[in-house]
Amino acid sequence: MDLEETPLPGIGLRHDFSTRSGRRLGVVSRHDGRRDLVIYDAEDPDASRESITLTPEEGDVLSELLGAPHIVQRLADISRAFAGLVGEQIEIAAGSPYADRLLAATQARTRTGASIVAVVRDHQVLASPRPDFRFRAGDIVVVVGTPENTAAVGRLLRDG
Amino acid sequence: MHDTATTFLELGAVLFVLGVLGHLASRVAISPIPLYLLAGLAFGHGGVIPLGASEEFIEIGAEIGVILLLLTLGLEYTAEELLHGLRRQAPAGALDLTLNALPGVVAALVLGWGPLAAVVMGGVTAISSSGIIAKVLGDLGRLGNRETPVVLSVLVLEDLAMAVYLPVLTAMLAHHTVARGSLTVAVALGALVLVLYIALKHSEKVTLLVYSARSDRNDEVLLLRSLGLTLFVAGVAQRMQVSAAVGAFLVGIALSGPVAEGAREVLTPLRDLFAAVFFVFFGLQTDPVDIPPALLTASLLAIAGVITKVATGWWAARRAGIATMGRFRAGAALVARGEFSIVIAGLAVAAGVNPRLGPLAACYVLLMAVLGPLAARFVEPIVRTVRNWWRSRRPPEAMTPRDA
Repeated sequence: MDLEETPLPGIGLRHDFSTRSGRRLGVVSRHDGRRDLVIYDAEDPDASRESITLTPEEGDVLSELLGAPHIVQRLADISRAFAGLVGEQIEIAAGSPYADRLLAATQARTRTGASIVAVVRDHQVLASPRPDFRFRAGDIVVVVGTPENTAAVGRLLRDG
Repeated sequence: MHDTATTFLELGAVLFVLGVLGHLASRVAISPIPLYLLAGLAFGHGGVIPLGASEEFIEIGAEIGVILLLLTLGLEYTAEELLHGLRRQAPAGALDLTLNALPGVVAALVLGWGPLAAVVMGGVTAISSSGIIAKVLGDLGRLGNRETPVVLSVLVLEDLAMAVYLPVLTAMLAHHTVARGSLTVAVALGALVLVLYIALKHSEKVTLLVYSARSDRNDEVLLLRSLGLTLFVAGVAQRMQVSAAVGAFLVGIALSGPVAEGAREVLTPLRDLFAAVFFVFFGLQTDPVDIPPALLTASLLAIAGVITKVATGWWAARRAGIATMGRFRAGAALVARGEFSIVIAGLAVAAGVNPRLGPLAACYVLLMAVLGPLAARFVEPIVRTVRNWWRSRRPPEAMTPRDA
């Protein structure tokens, strides 16, 4: 597929390509974050027949709809490539010895071999938490490792 | 000294009327600029409603309006886009400026206004209104069209030409001696080259003056710092007799990236306010009785202006390999003149070049700001009708199979 990129001075960038069925499609990315979905006229290839302006949110939704199967496919590929690894989500319970303590204090990687790759707090994903990250009760810790290793992290965070 | 109450009453009334006119303009999908000019004609000396107390404020507001118009123009394009446009579309830009300055120059010479007025009128007829055109292209859903980059790069080159033209014009209007005049022009051009260099190589340092990336975006800080920097540089430029507008334009070019986008967002409402004041001020300076005598010349200039812009767009689009309909769309899109024609005429009026120049420029912009969007909207049906009529005139046996 031949994707053409054209700068639009003062407005943004235009990408367009021809589909296998012979229609031409384009997206204008404006500096302010809006997107225009452009469908070219079959008769006059210079002109757009339809041009639909999307807000940044609408653009995100559309790209998710168009890209979703793609992302699932990609994730499946990744887990196949790293066969034997699992991702585990472990909640810091209210009585956990590590609630209100630093991530470094768990020594999780040294003691279990698994890595803490992210923490979910208040529905927000905090990727790659640093050693000085302080856990709170209710945090969900995302751990990657072999099944045995991640289970060991679960015990560690529950019982110390 | 007038009392504050009268000033508020007058200003309030003027701004409210402008608001109503702007609403009207958006309802019938035309640019509000001609209506603002008409409002300016209606107010003030010789108009229906005289203004006394607020004229002082309107005058300063108009000056700020010019600075903000040029600042946002500079913010619109990055230095890369300017240089890229220069490399790719230089012939189209040269044709655009020669062809479109010509009617103005000829008109001024034929009317016997002298070479200085010819330089001014050339600028008035040459520069398209990038504001009106960008809005019309967006409204008509033509941003994705293949002729649109051609239209935009012609606008970019006009921009660059303005950066050279304004200091030259300012020097000429100030009646400098040749030596003094060439010095100011050299300073301005040197500054332009320097700013382009800084914008290309050290943009992030200039950017630090108005915004630090580490703190979260703060609209208030961004607004005060970018406006402050611009007014300061404009003041320095004016002191050096280079024209405040050029200073503001250069600040706009030097700022780039997300900061330019942010600055444009926070400054746009302010620009809209002061630009409206500027158009009113230009109208105020013009006595309505001077308008009818200027109408004939303005109409002739308007006809010439439509033809020369369509020719420019047609040629530039053909160069880019666009088909016939697209060439006419490109030409029609370029027709609108507006804010920058008034900015140029405003400089000349302030310098007292010719008392008839102001009314003519006002009349010309009134026509072109209305004609431009109409031309862009109706070019396709017009071209199609003319083409069908042309074909129907030819005897059927002369028709090639492709036409059928």
